[in-house]
Amino acid sequence: MATELGPTPVKRPASGGTETHRPPKGVGEDNRIKSQGKWATWLLAPTILALAVVIVYPIISAIVMSFQKDAGLDPATGLFVQGGPAGIQNYVNWLAQQCAAPNGGTVACPPGTLGGQFWSATATTFLFTIVTVTLETVLGFWMAMIMARTFKGRSLVRAAVLVPWAIPTAVTAKLWFFIFAFEGIANKLFNTTILWTGSEWPAKWAVIIADVWKTTPFMALLILAGLQMIPAEVYEAAKVDGASALQRFRMITLPLVKPALMVAVLFRTLDALRMFDLPYILTGGANNTTTLSILVINQIRQGFNAAAALSTITFVIIFLVAFIFVRFLGANVVEQSGATPKGKK
Amino acid sequence: MKTRRFLLPAATAGILALTLSACGGGGGGTTGGGGGGSDADANLDGRGPITYVQGKDNSKVVRPLVDKWNAAHPDEKVTFKEQTDQADQQHDDLVQHFQAKGADYDVVDVDVVWTAEFAAKGWLQPLKDKMTLDTSAMLKPTVDSATYKGTLYAAPQTSDGGILYYRKDLVPTAPKTWDEMMGMCSIAKANNIGCYAGQFSKYEGLTVNASEAINSSGGSVLDKDGKPSLNTADAKAGLGNLAKAYADGNIPKEAITYKEEESRQAFQDGKLLFLRNWPYVYNLATTEGSSTVKDKLGMAALPGKSGPGASSLGGHNIAVSVYSKNKATALDFLKFMTSEETEKFYATQGSLAPVLSALYEDKDLVAKLPYLPVLKTSIENAVPRPVTPFYPAVTKAIQENAYSAIKGEKPVDTALSDMQKSIESAGAGS
Amino acid sequence: MTTATAASDLRARQDKGRKTAQNREKWAQGRTYISAAIVLIWCLAPAYWMVVTAFREVGFTYDTSILPSHITLDNFNTAFDTSFGNHFGQALLNSVFIGVVVTAISLLIGVFAAYALARLNFRFKYLVLGFILGASMFPGVALITPLFQLFTNIGWIGTYQALIIPNISFVLPLTVYTMTSFFREMPWELEESARVDGCTQGQAFRKVIMPLAAPAIFTTAILAFISSWNEFLIASQLSSDKTQPVTVAIANFAGAQPNQIPYTAIMAAGTIVTIPLVILVLVFQRKIVAGLTAGAVK
Repeated sequence: MATELGPTPVKRPASGGTETHRPPKGVGEDNRIKSQGKWATWLLAPTILALAVVIVYPIISAIVMSFQKDAGLDPATGLFVQGGPAGIQNYVNWLAQQCAAPNGGTVACPPGTLGGQFWSATATTFLFTIVTVTLETVLGFWMAMIMARTFKGRSLVRAAVLVPWAIPTAVTAKLWFFIFAFEGIANKLFNTTILWTGSEWPAKWAVIIADVWKTTPFMALLILAGLQMIPAEVYEAAKVDGASALQRFRMITLPLVKPALMVAVLFRTLDALRMFDLPYILTGGANNTTTLSILVINQIRQGFNAAAALSTITFVIIFLVAFIFVRFLGANVVEQSGATPKGKK
Repeated sequence: MKTRRFLLPAATAGILALTLSACGGGGGGTTGGGGGGSDADANLDGRGPITYVQGKDNSKVVRPLVDKWNAAHPDEKVTFKEQTDQADQQHDDLVQHFQAKGADYDVVDVDVVWTAEFAAKGWLQPLKDKMTLDTSAMLKPTVDSATYKGTLYAAPQTSDGGILYYRKDLVPTAPKTWDEMMGMCSIAKANNIGCYAGQFSKYEGLTVNASEAINSSGGSVLDKDGKPSLNTADAKAGLGNLAKAYADGNIPKEAITYKEEESRQAFQDGKLLFLRNWPYVYNLATTEGSSTVKDKLGMAALPGKSGPGASSLGGHNIAVSVYSKNKATALDFLKFMTSEETEKFYATQGSLAPVLSALYEDKDLVAKLPYLPVLKTSIENAVPRPVTPFYPAVTKAIQENAYSAIKGEKPVDTALSDMQKSIESAGAGS
Repeated sequence: MTTATAASDLRARQDKGRKTAQNREKWAQGRTYISAAIVLIWCLAPAYWMVVTAFREVGFTYDTSILPSHITLDNFNTAFDTSFGNHFGQALLNSVFIGVVVTAISLLIGVFAAYALARLNFRFKYLVLGFILGASMFPGVALITPLFQLFTNIGWIGTYQALIIPNISFVLPLTVYTMTSFFREMPWELEESARVDGCTQGQAFRKVIMPLAAPAIFTTAILAFISSWNEFLIASQLSSDKTQPVTVAIANFAGAQPNQIPYTAIMAAGTIVTIPLVILVLVFQRKIVAGLTAGAVK
């Protein structure tokens, strides 16, 4: 284990502790935190500043925009006029699927408008997330268990799983589009005539299969790393005690891998919730494969401000899911990333 | 650290807190807007160097033309600025420059479907009064595509229309009407191939195909005032034709995934009797190695209700920016770019369909591009895609609902009334 | 723990059940190999299809024979051909340039933050860490709308900075996160002894820690570069053909004719984009796996 932290020699306040490497708890500790805090401020400042510029500023800007109306037509001249303040109308329009009516006011969005797609896009996004993350977890676990065994060619398998991960998503999407073409290899191999990108469920499965192919390796590697942390003796002991394979899995493997697994699941979930590249290139969002991210992109050219409201809603949804994970499912990412210096309690 | 569990949510929440409290202010604002009233009246007599902006000059036709112009007009030289070849990127680049009210783009090339949007934003110089352009020699549908609210905002530059390709080894004479064509589907059945396909995947091509079906049977997507007019018997018959053909198998099931290329491939592989596509297919189907229809390729105008159908119109218009300082030069350049000589050069060098009706009978041209006579019929009967400033929303409304109707997921009249409502809503602004 | 050694343990313990145990061992080994083969095929088959298609003549795009057929190198020429308006070569350079700049900036400022987070004790540490983690999970679409409008207004669409700046928003948090995990694993005793020898904390960092940290930084750099290389959403909206990265170029690949989608050339381009990455990943396999899993398990 790493050493106990000694007091910082640099700029150590005169009042703080003694010359020994183990200052008494209390005053010394506080001072040390203070002096290290100064250091930390300087070291962290560039990162925090950069993130403020590239993330915080756009968010604020988006929120401001989302309370503005988009430009509309002046019926007399046929020319565009500025929108003005909208209050929370943009948010209401999305959430209640309300669209502007020809004679003022709003009506329920008819099919064929972006506004009418909010809830179906939300449902699709969650469907993709739940199905892909579940499949990836199960398959990832299975792959990890295989890779944890010793057999000839193990390193080959471990290298191979990195291949799908290394291919850029945009290329993956084009590749699977080609595989799923009507005349393509998928239909040929399985002797089917499925219109993969032409009807709702095949299109959804096409996206799910491509996503699972691409991201299961990530899951498998995280789980494998977790598996390798479990000391072999634990299994030995269990086996001597007569635990069956299933029992060993349930009583030892699962609980010990759980912290790593939860972090992996959280990462994948948040990643899946913002899924864009794959359905955008693979299906173009047709046949109910439009995710929230695709809806935002489609809206941008029909009106910035409504798009800003939608992107803010998307952000809040993802934030809420992260919150629920952390709060109720115990995926403690910060603790897991273990920023605490070792040896400290 | 016992506070740890509590701190993480708090930490993540910190992002939100920061968001709400820090900095304030920021971009905001709305798009362009404002009529171009004063800008449209300024600099009408201005002469001097100008810039012409167009997407990637893939067929290498613009550069020689610009050189020719520059040789003749040493004091009013044109600088040619080439944009990308991605339509979306071209669109965004123009928007960016117009929004900055930049005088650096004098003459711009605009896709037919953007013309109304840019006109409504007040960015295009109306071509009237001092800026009048003679369009009498041009095919009328191409002029309509450049006209918004009764005012001409651009000059048609190149055009494009749909052609019905057919297997002349199996079909003795091309069908003139949709019903005739459907009658010939028995031939397809006898030969165990698909009968008809266009582009029915859910993308811009479906807007083209669905509008063609509606227009060909006498209906229309938008009326003269730009209001949707889809709740009509004619529109129902048009979209109904596609839905019925899909349901009874005359349009093969896989056609619902077809874009231009997939449909061309199917036709070239000998799997289709009839294909609706653009003129580009002619070259490939007659020259490509794997094509099985090289000597069996027939071409005709799209079938309609009782005669030729109404193709959707593709192509590009050329317009003057209201922010240009040298509009007199710009107008001259516009005239030059749409002159007979230029149009002929476009057709011979770039295989770009002309907008001047006389050129379709030009012997040299027809020898080089055998589809020209058919294309002329197609363009003469063509209807521009809806001329509306809300084109992205309108095309979306057409695609979504036509797609459901063709697949039989909802009745044709429901689809049309949903289409109607969606377009009304788009026009009402948000 | 493996079934193979499990079986051998069993054999050692139970003389009587030797035969059964041997059978079971064989059976277990067999199952392992079958499973491993399935994993291999599942992971490699689609990539294999990409490579096979990349070497197939364009006229036989939809040929479905499993083995390579109608082999040609033309597609690679087509991929780099600019006469149809594709700029694949330029896009490759763009991707490398953007990736290098983003990685360099992120490492340069991220390394200090990671050091502070791994090494120092200070108030609000968890707040900062939470903020950085939150940033790495931030949805790209929430940035794109305001940036699209902002960049339109200031004329930045189609410039490199319009792609580099948003990329930092997800590469920097990733960098800090990965490096923090690495730094926690480093032998900090050495820093301690350097300071005992009279170095200041800054000197200790520069002279002792930096050389030790080099492998970690290198791995982080690879991961950062890959994530920038794979970015699509932001680039698809904010780039022009002068600045677009390979992901966008491949998604928009145009053929010799309008409306033509040249799949064989796209697959060739995809192969070109993927191969350096695959080589990189295979060569640095252990390091990359360590980097990927750094935060999750330790």
